[in-house]
Amino acid sequence: MAKTVDQYFDDLQQTRVWRSIFRSGTGSSTLKRALAIQQNVFLHLFSTKVRTRMLSFSATWYLGTLTLGTFLILVATGIPLMLYYHPSVPQAYADTKDLQFVVSSGMFLRNLHRWSAHAMVFLVFAHMFKVFYRGAYRTPREFNWVIGVVLLLITLLLSYTGYLLPWDQLAYWAITVGSNIASAVPLVGEKIHFLLLGGNAVNANALLRFYVLHCMILPLAAIFFVAIHFWRIRKDGGLYSHASEPATLRAASKDAAAATEAQ
Amino acid sequence: MTDSKDFIAGVDSNAKKSPRRIVFITRRTSAQVKAETEDQLQTFPEVLLRAAVAIMTLAVVLIWIALLFNAPLEGLADPSHTPNPAKAPWYFLGLQELLHYFPPVVAGVLIPGLVVMALIVIPYFKVNIEAEGLFQKDREKRLQIFYSVAGGLSLFLLLFKSRLYNAVLGIKGEAEPLYAALVPTLIISGLMILASKSSPQSPSPFRRYLAGRPLSFWVMTWFLFELVVLTAIGTFFRGPGWAWVWPWQGS
Repeated sequence: MAKTVDQYFDDLQQTRVWRSIFRSGTGSSTLKRALAIQQNVFLHLFSTKVRTRMLSFSATWYLGTLTLGTFLILVATGIPLMLYYHPSVPQAYADTKDLQFVVSSGMFLRNLHRWSAHAMVFLVFAHMFKVFYRGAYRTPREFNWVIGVVLLLITLLLSYTGYLLPWDQLAYWAITVGSNIASAVPLVGEKIHFLLLGGNAVNANALLRFYVLHCMILPLAAIFFVAIHFWRIRKDGGLYSHASEPATLRAASKDAAAATEAQ
Repeated sequence: MTDSKDFIAGVDSNAKKSPRRIVFITRRTSAQVKAETEDQLQTFPEVLLRAAVAIMTLAVVLIWIALLFNAPLEGLADPSHTPNPAKAPWYFLGLQELLHYFPPVVAGVLIPGLVVMALIVIPYFKVNIEAEGLFQKDREKRLQIFYSVAGGLSLFLLLFKSRLYNAVLGIKGEAEPLYAALVPTLIISGLMILASKSSPQSPSPFRRYLAGRPLSFWVMTWFLFELVVLTAIGTFFRGPGWAWVWPWQGS
C-alpha cells in the first residue's frame, strides 16, 4: 500500500538527522507540544499554554502580533532594498529612482517597505492604547509597559531615520524640520543637533548616520527589547490575569463563570 | 471577623526560643491556594497558528496596498529650495502643529518629554491602578479639583494667542487661538460632567459606562483625542505658511 504524505512526514521525523535538530521529539501528546515550545530557542520566550479567553479577538485585537508582523515584513523587504542602495549624496536618490524604474520588483519592495513602516507606527500606538484601556499595565506587568514605551520610541526613530534615506525633497525637509527641534533643548541643544546630523545641517554625514542607525543600531535595539517584551509576558503570567483586571471586568468574568457552573 | 482572636501574636526576637510563625490557621479560615481554573490552549500549535493567520492576513492587506499605491518620491534634495509647507512625517505633525503656537523649547522639548515621562510612570501611580469611577468616592472634593483643572485649562487654551492676549501684551500680528486643543478639552470635560451626574445604577448603558470610568481613563482619552485632532490638522488642514487650508483646496 502506498504511503500517505503524513506517513512520509512521520518517517522523516524519526530520522537521526531530524532528531538531532529538533530535540523535543515527535508525537502530539501535551508533553511533546509543550516541549516544542520550551525546547526551541525562539519559541521558549513564550509560555507553553495560553488562556483561551486571551485569544479571543476582542481581548487584544491581535495588535501586538500584527506589530510583530509589520516588523518581520520590514526586515524581509529592508534587506533586499539595502542591496541596491548606497548611503551617499546624490547616489542615494539615483538608487531610489533605480528601485522605482530599473530593479525588478523594486517599486513593489519600496512600496511594501514604506506602507508597512507607516502601518507599524500606527499599530504600535494602537497596541499601546489597547493595553492601557484593558488595564494590562498593572502589577506585575509594570516593567513590560515601560519596555513597551521604549519600543514605541525605537519605532518612531526607525521610521524617522528611514524617512531621510530616499534623499528627495520630502525626506530632506522633513528631517530638517524634525532635527531643528533638537536645537531647542536648553544648553546642549546645538551639541545634540550636531551629534545627530554630523554637521550643522542635513548633509552627506547625516545620511550616513541615519543609514547606520536605520539598518544596524535601531533594528538590533528593537530585536533586543522585543525579546525581553515577549519573555516578560511569560514571566508575568500571561497576557493578563484576574488580579490585574479592572473590577468591572473581573465581576463580568465571575458572572460568566457562575453561569457556566450553574449549567 | 469581628469576634475575639483565639491566639496571641507575641513579639520575640529570640528565634531559638520562639520560632517564627509562618501561617495562622484560625477556626473559620483555612489556608488558600490560588488555583488557575481557566481554559487554556497549547501554544504549539493552536496559538502559533492563530498568530500566523493574523500576520498572513496583514501581509496580504499590505501587499495589496503596495501593489495599488506607489510610495511618494519627489525631486532630488535641494537645500537651497525650501518647500512650503515643509512637513515632518505624519506621526510628528501633532508636534509640528504645537510648534506653530508655542516656542520650540515648549512644543519640541517640554511637551514631548513630559508625555514620554507620563507614559513611563503610568503603572507606578496608584491613580492609574484604581478601577473605580472617578466621582464614586470623595465626590465633592474631586468635583472641585476637576472644575478648577478643566476650567483653568480651557480658559488658558481660549485666551492664549487670542486677540485679547495680543492686545494686553502688545503683540502685533494675527491672533491664533488654540481652538484645535480647546475643542477636545471641552468635549472631554463635558463627558466628565455627564459622568459626575450619572450613577452606576443608571438605566442608560452609556451613562453607566461613563460613571464607572476612573481618572486614568479620562486623562488618557483626553490625550488620545488631542493627539488625533492635532495630527489630523497638521496632516490635512495646513498649507503654505502653515495657514489653514481645507483638504479639498489642494496645495
